[in-house]
Amino acid sequence: MITEFFERLFVHNRGSREDVKRRLKLVLAHDRSTLNASTLEKMRKEILVVVSKYVELDTDSLEFSIKTDSKMTALIANLPIRRILEPEDS
Amino acid sequence: MARVIVVTSGKGGVGKTTTTANLGMALAQLGYQTALIDADIGLRNLDLLLGLENRVIYTALEVLSGECRLDQALIKDKRQPGLTLLPAAQNRNKDSITGEQMQYLVNLMEKDYNYILIDCPAGIETGFHNAIGPANEAIVVTTPEIAAVRDADRVIGLLEAKGIKQIGLLVNRLRPQMVKANDMMSVADVKEILAIPLIGVIPEDECVIVSTNRGEPLVLDKKLSLPGIAFEHTACRLDGQQIEFLDLQSYSRGPFKRLRRFFLGSSAS
Repeated sequence: MITEFFERLFVHNRGSREDVKRRLKLVLAHDRSTLNASTLEKMRKEILVVVSKYVELDTDSLEFSIKTDSKMTALIANLPIRRILEPEDS
Repeated sequence: MARVIVVTSGKGGVGKTTTTANLGMALAQLGYQTALIDADIGLRNLDLLLGLENRVIYTALEVLSGECRLDQALIKDKRQPGLTLLPAAQNRNKDSITGEQMQYLVNLMEKDYNYILIDCPAGIETGFHNAIGPANEAIVVTTPEIAAVRDADRVIGLLEAKGIKQIGLLVNRLRPQMVKANDMMSVADVKEILAIPLIGVIPEDECVIVSTNRGEPLVLDKKLSLPGIAFEHTACRLDGQQIEFLDLQSYSRGPFKRLRRFFLGSSAS
């Protein structure tokens, strides 16, 4: 309690402006990256079509998700490969 | 053909209607035929801020139902004949008008005006989509507060998704002293976060409440207040004029500095 008192006395109020900017940037990074479920599903299907041209995937253990942390938003796809398909045009 | 501009914000209470009333009046003062459409059905306020509430007989709804002609519902401002208001219905809800009907009203009016400003309801539901539908430009109003900026960001995303590319940012209720004390986001902070061009900055001022009490937009004052000047400048920028932003910091240094500036001119600030 005493230290708190001294802190109040001597520590200059650094203001809340940096706090609000930090919180806002974080929450907006999250808001902006929110994809609706149908868009995500559409994207997932299209990606699978492309990838399946080259490799055979283990369709039971596919994972698709959007993750956001303080720095960036990422689409995380985990596509286990069963085997590599032979290129058609070679 | 009119420029059709929607005034929107997402969050309520940040000053959409005040902005619509003052910008509309200022554009009319610049010599433009200006129409204001209140799209906030069920919660109409624009007539109050303009002091025209006693002249509302018909509303947009009666025009659509065929109970009256458009010109019977339009209210011409007696102080400024360039300004016209199309009021919203008060005793209905937001779903009583469709997007197509809104578009129809704007189509009817487009040829007679230089500017049509649409006062959008708060929120991002049907009323919002109806209001932004006919617009080809938007003004997004926000205050330098976390909730208002977050909602503004969401609204900007929705406007862009609708193909509205020309979007101007208006930062309302700025308190320069709080920015100086590092307790409020600056205009630059807000602009950086929302990343759209700035069109106006309005300082927080008690005179805004006084003007709404009287139903006289600030830009009508003979001797303009600071927010009055700021609204006038915003209208000029909307018109394409290049006008420097006011240095609001210098206007708010207390009574002595103000007195000094009054006697010695603005160079003393």
